[in-house]
Amino acid sequence: MNTLYFLAQQTMFFAIPLLIVALGGMYTERSGVINIALEGIMVMGAFVSIFFLNIFQGVLSGQVLLLLAVLVASLAGGLFSLLHAFASINLKADQTISGTALNMFAPAFAIFIARMVTGLQQIPFQDTFHIAKVPVLGSIPLIGPILFQNCYITTYLGIGIFIAAKIVINKTKFGLRLRACGEHPQAADTVGINVYKIRYAGVFISGVLAGIGGLVFVIPTSTNFNASVAGYGFLALAVLIFGQWRTGRIFVAAFFFGIMKTFASAYSGIPILKDMAIPNEVYKMIPYVATLIVLVFLSKNSQAPRAEGIPYDKGSR
Amino acid sequence: MKKQGLLNFSASALAVICGLVFGLVILLCTNPAQALPGLGIILKGGFADGMSGFGYMLYIATPIIMTGLSVGFAFRTGLFNIGASGQFTMGAFVAVYIGINWTWLPPQIHWIVALLGAAVGGAVWGLVPGILKAFRNVNEVISCIMMNYIGMYLVNHMIQSLIYDPLRSQTQPVSAGANIPKAGLDQLFSSNNLNIGILIAVVFVVLIYILIEKTTFGFELKACGMNRNASKYAGISVKKSLAMSMVIAGALAGIGGALMYLAGSGKYMQVLDVLSPEGFNGISVALLGLSNPIGILFAGIFIGYITVGGNNLQLLNFGPEIIDIIIAAIIYCGAFSLLFKHLIGKLIKRTKKEEESV
Repeated sequence: MNTLYFLAQQTMFFAIPLLIVALGGMYTERSGVINIALEGIMVMGAFVSIFFLNIFQGVLSGQVLLLLAVLVASLAGGLFSLLHAFASINLKADQTISGTALNMFAPAFAIFIARMVTGLQQIPFQDTFHIAKVPVLGSIPLIGPILFQNCYITTYLGIGIFIAAKIVINKTKFGLRLRACGEHPQAADTVGINVYKIRYAGVFISGVLAGIGGLVFVIPTSTNFNASVAGYGFLALAVLIFGQWRTGRIFVAAFFFGIMKTFASAYSGIPILKDMAIPNEVYKMIPYVATLIVLVFLSKNSQAPRAEGIPYDKGSR
Repeated sequence: MKKQGLLNFSASALAVICGLVFGLVILLCTNPAQALPGLGIILKGGFADGMSGFGYMLYIATPIIMTGLSVGFAFRTGLFNIGASGQFTMGAFVAVYIGINWTWLPPQIHWIVALLGAAVGGAVWGLVPGILKAFRNVNEVISCIMMNYIGMYLVNHMIQSLIYDPLRSQTQPVSAGANIPKAGLDQLFSSNNLNIGILIAVVFVVLIYILIEKTTFGFELKACGMNRNASKYAGISVKKSLAMSMVIAGALAGIGGALMYLAGSGKYMQVLDVLSPEGFNGISVALLGLSNPIGILFAGIFIGYITVGGNNLQLLNFGPEIIDIIIAAIIYCGAFSLLFKHLIGKLIKRTKKEEESV
């Protein structure tokens, strides 16, 4: 049973950042802008917020500091993503161009600045955010150990973001307009929706969430930041497509991938698997192979937003 | 047509200038006193160390020209090959494996076989996303990302079980005949790293140019990229085209891997859980080169050029990452090319009008 709890807790560390970033990706793509810069934005969000942690950890500590860092990460990610919004909405450029540029810029910038300021490439921080057991809730049988022991506040943040994202895109006026701009911007424009504004909002939300996702990824897995989020931005893109651009399915996809990834990294803690002497690399491959196989069966009816990736030109209405 | 090329070129040149100005600003912000000399070193780039710097530049450029070709070719056929990294790694592994084990081959053809093997390795890695896209409508971006990781772990495993040198934690050295011939280029440029790899890359640039621009097959691939339904209506087999595009793209990236690790430059494959950056640099090269084979050749050399400059920049205590920042800025400015072209076009028109009125 303890193994099971441990696996569940580990899954959260992998799945929650994927979930947050993929939801961000959903907002930009449902508004009609492809954002392959998620990776770069994650790096930027993580870099700025961990720099913030590094500076303020003497003054503050614990959850207050972490929540402030989340705020910083969201701002950094949001602002950084505006560069992508400008190039792909105003300049009507190919959306892979600025995406690639941002992906390249973020890690280089992070290393360059870190070296200039601290002399080292890595930025260390103290992990004062780990929660061994949430009072009261942690004592509930079954749910307690899975959700409320050995955890970070970011897990609940991620679930909160998921619920909010689901409501906003499906139940609000803004969500409806956003979806309209991704499916048929010309029609949206004729009924008086400002397509550019909505798309800006979509990209900005993706930046905010990707920035947060970067921080959320680094906090439980490491105590120093080395200008990398290990390809999680690209994986989030994959989760987004895997989840067919829908909130519920993205949730399932993120956790599917998270569980697979957990098995891959924690199999040696499971006695039966450890005895089978299968090479380490095979386990590491499992999440990716499994995703590919699932996709083969699920992709026939792709539900990608119709106008995704096409710059909106008022003149072509 | 010629005018269009000139327009493209001047837009790219403007983007390069903007990127360099941005780099200068960053240098000024970090260390104002050394900023201008720093920019000077970047601009001198591959020419700073005489012929050997020039040779080093070509050595850096060779693999990214190949991955750039791979990504650019796929772009032209309407596919986003983000999987060049995995294809590059697969190709490199096959080449190194053949280089180490197939020593019964005569040295004159050993390296050629290794190159062909690399092409097959890369092609297989491109074929999977191609087939999935053609027959099961799987988005090639996601399948390529998955294939990148699968390739990386698979190669890590195969290196460790087949060709590992545990003492140095890298692959065993390839046999001498498997190294790409130097044909005197190393002496000409007094650079040990240089071999005919760069010439092979140029040959592929020309081949891909001919394929895209001058053959029916290339036209079909391009047509599929522009409008899949119209191509189908015109009797082109879209499924075959999609698969073939990815196979060719994969083969190009795979050969890039071979050219990098068979260069005899002392660079060995290692077991790291990191996707090879050459694949992602290929995206940058393809974008800089506007997905045109000739453009990609120059873009690759250009990146090699300022990368050498960036390495020299460490003399002034600047991080070499400034180069990546500048390249990112240049690519970003490429997004302005529509705007640039519009402005330049206007300027040309105006000067013409003035000439006429005079």
